[in-house]
Amino acid sequence: MLADKDRIFTNLYGLHDWGLDGARRRGCWVDVKSFIDKGRDWMINEMKASGLRGRGGAGFPTGLKWSFMPKQVGERPHYLVVNADESEPGTCKDREIMRHDPHLLIEGCLIAGAAMAAHVGYIYVRGEFIRERERLQAAIDQAYEARLIGRNNVHGWDFDLYVHHGAGAYICGEETALLESLEGKKGQPRMKPPFPANVGLYGAPTTINNVESIAVAGTIMRRGAAWFSGIGRPNNVGTKLFCISGHVNKPCNVEEAMGIPFRELIEKHCGGMRGGWDNLLAVIPGGASVPCVPAEQIMDCPMDFDSLRNLKSGLGTAAVIVMDKSTDMIRAIARLAYFYKHESCGQCTPCREGTGWMWRVLMRMAEGRAEKREIDMLLDVTYQIEGHTICALGDAAAWPVQGLIRHFRHVIEERIDQYAANPDHAGAVRLQAAE
Amino acid sequence: MPKLKVDGTEIEVENGTTLLQACEAAGAEVPRFCYHERLSIAGNCRMCLVEVKGMPKPQASCAMSVNDLRPGPNGEAPEVNTRTPLVKKAREGVMEFLLINHPLDCPICDQGGECDLQDQAMAYGIDKNRFAENKRAVEDKYIGPLVKTSMNRCIQCTRCVRFTTEVGGVEELGAIGRGEDMEITSYLERAMTSELQANIIDLCPVGALTSQPYEFKARPWELTKTETIDAMDAVGSNIRVDSRGREVMRILPRTHEDVNEEWISDKTRFVWDGLRTQRLDRPYIREIGKLRAANWKEAFLRVAQKLKGTAPERVGIILGDLVGAEEAFSIKQLADALGIASIDCRQDGTPLGNAGGRAGYLFNSTITGIEEADAILLIGTNPRLEAPVLNARIRKRWLKGNLPVGLVGEKADLTYSYKYLGAGPDSLARLKDFDLSQKQKPMVIIGQGALARPDGAAVLAAAQSLGGVKDGWNGFNILHTAAGRVGALDAGALPGAGGRSTRDILSAAKAGDLDILFLLGADEVELPPQGTCFVVYQGSHGDVGAHRADVILPGAAYTEKSVTYVNTEGRPQMTRRATFPPGEAREDWAILRALSEALGATQPWNSLAELRKAMYEKAPHLARLDQVARADAADLAALAGQGGQMSGDAFASPIGDFYLTNPIARASRIMGECSALRNGARLEAAE
Repeated sequence: MLADKDRIFTNLYGLHDWGLDGARRRGCWVDVKSFIDKGRDWMINEMKASGLRGRGGAGFPTGLKWSFMPKQVGERPHYLVVNADESEPGTCKDREIMRHDPHLLIEGCLIAGAAMAAHVGYIYVRGEFIRERERLQAAIDQAYEARLIGRNNVHGWDFDLYVHHGAGAYICGEETALLESLEGKKGQPRMKPPFPANVGLYGAPTTINNVESIAVAGTIMRRGAAWFSGIGRPNNVGTKLFCISGHVNKPCNVEEAMGIPFRELIEKHCGGMRGGWDNLLAVIPGGASVPCVPAEQIMDCPMDFDSLRNLKSGLGTAAVIVMDKSTDMIRAIARLAYFYKHESCGQCTPCREGTGWMWRVLMRMAEGRAEKREIDMLLDVTYQIEGHTICALGDAAAWPVQGLIRHFRHVIEERIDQYAANPDHAGAVRLQAAE
Repeated sequence: MPKLKVDGTEIEVENGTTLLQACEAAGAEVPRFCYHERLSIAGNCRMCLVEVKGMPKPQASCAMSVNDLRPGPNGEAPEVNTRTPLVKKAREGVMEFLLINHPLDCPICDQGGECDLQDQAMAYGIDKNRFAENKRAVEDKYIGPLVKTSMNRCIQCTRCVRFTTEVGGVEELGAIGRGEDMEITSYLERAMTSELQANIIDLCPVGALTSQPYEFKARPWELTKTETIDAMDAVGSNIRVDSRGREVMRILPRTHEDVNEEWISDKTRFVWDGLRTQRLDRPYIREIGKLRAANWKEAFLRVAQKLKGTAPERVGIILGDLVGAEEAFSIKQLADALGIASIDCRQDGTPLGNAGGRAGYLFNSTITGIEEADAILLIGTNPRLEAPVLNARIRKRWLKGNLPVGLVGEKADLTYSYKYLGAGPDSLARLKDFDLSQKQKPMVIIGQGALARPDGAAVLAAAQSLGGVKDGWNGFNILHTAAGRVGALDAGALPGAGGRSTRDILSAAKAGDLDILFLLGADEVELPPQGTCFVVYQGSHGDVGAHRADVILPGAAYTEKSVTYVNTEGRPQMTRRATFPPGEAREDWAILRALSEALGATQPWNSLAELRKAMYEKAPHLARLDQVARADAADLAALAGQGGQMSGDAFASPIGDFYLTNPIARASRIMGECSALRNGARLEAAE
């Protein structure tokens, strides 16, 4: 279990002052000038050495991402964009950072900006986050007033930070769709390559990071890369915010060390499983878009990127959705399929057409009104979507269904049998036309 | 130059080539829906997926540059495969997705037989349907009288959206909604305003956008296809006329990179119903104030009788806009033989051809030259209406950036921004804000609106002095509006010594100084009132000229004869006969040949080939079809000092109504509908 002294988000629950004074008391904004004075290379190397992997879901090493920015600023300025469009079902960590520890984020933006030679940063806040945006804006105003950011600030790196409020589309959390939306266009992902580090916002080199990845940057530099990389397991280091929801006794947000076993995470922070461990059915360990993992596999699995990938799932945003045996898995995944159908941007064919298809088939399967051969057909459809789309949303829509079929095929088959055996029950198809 | 291996064949391609182009260059076929060479890359249909060695996922080849491919560990050329099971599976998957919500109503779809979705489903799809749910239904949209929508069939490739925004320059189509609810719409349910809008019919890979006037008329495989040249404007767009029996069923563009790329204007495309109505299908003679049907012999006799007692100087000949070079040559020879000097092919009264040689009336920079231009000055012209396809070329150049455009004349929405420099000739004298002297390839484009006025010669001289001509670059450009004008000028259909020009012929006719007026397809002139002089009209449609005529000689329209049209840049192109003229109507050269015999001045040719041979002797460049014979820029010096003073009147565009510029268009119901709609829209906007 993570010791209290190793916590980065010390005001995660909003028990203390969110403002500048409170943040300063908690150590925020300390020594920032010295990091910036050490230069871009030092900051990037420190991030690389810390082993921080992006907290937005894909787990791409943050320091490496920063290093992709051109070494010299060319004709076009560099931009930092912070992805605060936290829309993945189950995920609720970034909003807590923006509400209760906004100065960590602002501090991180300045450091990241200096590390990639960007003088302007944008924070793209999810449309539904009204209060979060207000709090964040207030904190930015405080930082401007204290000359922590802005022109001629005390840190010696001119940096303007803007908050942009989205309109509430899941797809705008995809980095290139976010850029399009930020530019005032329709939020639809761009083709890659070119990657944003070369051609990003307004065609300029841009780095897009998750809120959590940026917010931890200041503390990592203050306490040293070695401290951060000393927590957790190799290649999966540091602390991570876990958002645990579902059938646990006390759902919560908690900062924990990477690689904490699932059982320990639930026992220590969530007051255990509802109805005991025997009641656990399955877990979606990383937000709606990763495949679910059945109880026996997840129980003692360390919660980190690599361990979960070995279970053919993923850590994603560490939004742990716990489901006990009262859950109708088919309906649960059908609901997620509806979400992806609703949030598909409609740009490219497989996702536009496939998400609706999957949802409709799953809705029938949830009733049992399907045929067993359709299970394999559905699986085939998910493979037809996966990897064939412009952005990762196609994969995200396909994976939950694949997880369902991989682990709960027997449930679907039972449901179909049950329906076939009771053709007169409420959900039955009436042969009205034939009568 | 990057090298790559496509299906095992190693090729070298230019920098910036897309993977799809590279695959095509290597001979591999890559199916696609959204990709189009002339539009921006959307990459959304996912049909063009190929396998790139070293990449875990199949890649959309249309959106990937060959420069983004990484060589192998030992520097081997990157490998691309288009035939692997992975690619096959990916294509089948995408094809299935495209078809699940497609209505499969091919039997009642006008696209049937020329549908990309049909063809590619055959080639790359699977043969069974696994989709058991209800299909999506989308309401049809109204986007004007030309393009019929059937939105259930739409596969959201967004080609139409990209065309209207990028080439058409009007942002009137877009996609609303997300996911499977995404719809292509104009949102406002109003007709589109682009003159090039109907090109989206060709671009649409499915039957979502089809031709409204051609709706349920024919199937592509039952049509006779004739490759010919358009005569609606002076661009000389390459077209294909599809006919069934005696009727033209539709007109489609052909690709010609140097002329129209692959676009045509709506007028070019939809004028075909005008070819069936108001046709002159037999000769007529006016007797006791009324036209009566006659036969050829009577008609010729009547003309001959009238001409016999008339002095040649009391005869005038005016040629219309759609006259081919052969006809212009032929009538000029006839006029010479009869001693008639008052013959003019410029029915709008411009001074073109008076001085300055060929360079004085050509679009010397050529149409492709627009893409090299570094400044464009438009004088008295609205290219959007006068030559929509050429205007699209200017917009294409403008989109690349760094192109200042100046306009002297009527303000109008040209689909690109320009600097407004004044309304009339007086502005030409003070063009300080728009300096061409520092430019390497400036273009001065002079429209007919600046020339078809009494001070036209002076305007021409002033425009010549603006400095469009540089070393190795002739930026002096006349933008014609009449398809036949340059050809007629090349054939020498101009007043002889002591002859009258159009303006003088007409005023003489009014004043009673003219006894016979021969109109060869000339309908856009102010004719003398009934009873003043004897008018002979030869042409295809019962329009202004035929109504006034005393003798009507029915001719052929541009789809019914083989003639040479020289476009505004001086490119001779030959039309081909797609259908026969109706009734007793004949090809115009044959009418003139027969008339010459009746007049006792028999022309020395018995066939079109012989006529052409004679014409080529006089104007040899007309024989070199599809080649622009560059004119000598030095001749332009002769324009200077011509024409005296310029008046202060503002320039006005010669195109009053884009859809009704010639007799064929005026006979067309579709064009009439478009015109009414546009005029209605104008009123609305003015309110």
